[in-house]
Amino acid sequence: MDFNMTLLGQTIAMIVFVWFTMKYIWPHLDAAISERQEKIADGLAAADRSQHDLELAQKKAAETMREAKDKAAELLDQAKKRHAEIVDSAKDDARGEADKIKVGAQAEIEQEVHRAREELRKQVSALAVAGAEKILQRSIDASAHADILDSLVAEL
Amino acid sequence: MSETEHTSTSYIKHHLQNLQVCSTQEGWQFNTAENPTLCKGNFNTINVDSMFFSLLLGFIFLWMFRRAAKKATIGVPGKFQAFIELVIEFVDTNVKDTFHGKNKLIAPLGLTIFVWVYMMNLMDLIPVDYIPTIAHAIGVPFLKVVPSTDVNVTFAMSISVFILILFYSFKIKGIKGFTKELTLNPFNHWAAIPINIVLEGAALIAKPISLSLRLFGNMYAGELIYILIALMGVYQLPLHFGWSILHLLVTFLQAFIFMMLTIVYLSLAHEDH
Repeated sequence: MDFNMTLLGQTIAMIVFVWFTMKYIWPHLDAAISERQEKIADGLAAADRSQHDLELAQKKAAETMREAKDKAAELLDQAKKRHAEIVDSAKDDARGEADKIKVGAQAEIEQEVHRAREELRKQVSALAVAGAEKILQRSIDASAHADILDSLVAEL
Repeated sequence: MSETEHTSTSYIKHHLQNLQVCSTQEGWQFNTAENPTLCKGNFNTINVDSMFFSLLLGFIFLWMFRRAAKKATIGVPGKFQAFIELVIEFVDTNVKDTFHGKNKLIAPLGLTIFVWVYMMNLMDLIPVDYIPTIAHAIGVPFLKVVPSTDVNVTFAMSISVFILILFYSFKIKGIKGFTKELTLNPFNHWAAIPINIVLEGAALIAKPISLSLRLFGNMYAGELIYILIALMGVYQLPLHFGWSILHLLVTFLQAFIFMMLTIVYLSLAHEDH
């Protein structure tokens, strides 16, 4: 327990050490630590923000997807409708065409029938005239009774 | 029996003797094995071992922390930097919890005291005979390796702290405020001024004395027990181990208490009523 000059030496050493720490050690490390703390805080905030952004993006993506589905369904509906319409109109067209063909055919048949009837009538009248001629050859002149024959022909 | 007693006494005495150099009529002289108490009572004495080890440890502290401070990055710190920052954070938290003013000195002061005292205390864990034996082999008769078992070292620190306490008391409170605090506390009456001065004066003086004597007493007693254990022959091994575990706690605690009380005293000096 005897005091001596070591006391002074130690005091000087302590002052120098504290001064050095205060000047060259503490501020650097303290600044580094606080700056890093700030950086970490910023990083965490950024992470939070990006998480939020991600959520928004996911929501948006889901919405877009749903819209696309809706649109596709709509298109499909339209296509079906159009298809039905086309089929319907094709049927109508075909029916009309068929009717037309039928009418044409009928008209032709009627014409043919008419012509055949004309022909038949002519042949029958000729046959009748020939028969009458054969009958009358023996008795009457054909030309004198031509008007009677014509009226007969018209009656057929 | 008296023979062994004598050798144990001289062993203990030898271990508690500083290597000193003092100015005598024949110039500066070291104490020697023949005359260990050459410098006793002489103020012009330097405890060479205390100075050497405390300065060595102090420079190791400064070198370590300066290296970390120079290389300090804001990015991911290396393990060394992380360790240094851990210490800084530890001190900084304690300072911020206790001291609320603005002062650029207190935190570095706390750091210096804490690390320096801790390193000096840790010298206690080196077995008591290792370094003195090596020193003896190269012709140095005495060597106390734990600077904090030297009152001069602990008082040097506590007196520096005391001067800071006085300085900040005067600076923050002014001469009037500080005088008022000393004379009108705890009894706020003019008739009680003498009692107040005695009480407050004692409280003020007790701060540096308790600060240094606490550290000195703990470390001196610890060292003494190490020396006593070392006298026990083979049985010292388990005892030494047990005491070292306990002492590991003491070294840290004493350094922490010294730092903490320094901060507390300085923050009290900053409180303006």
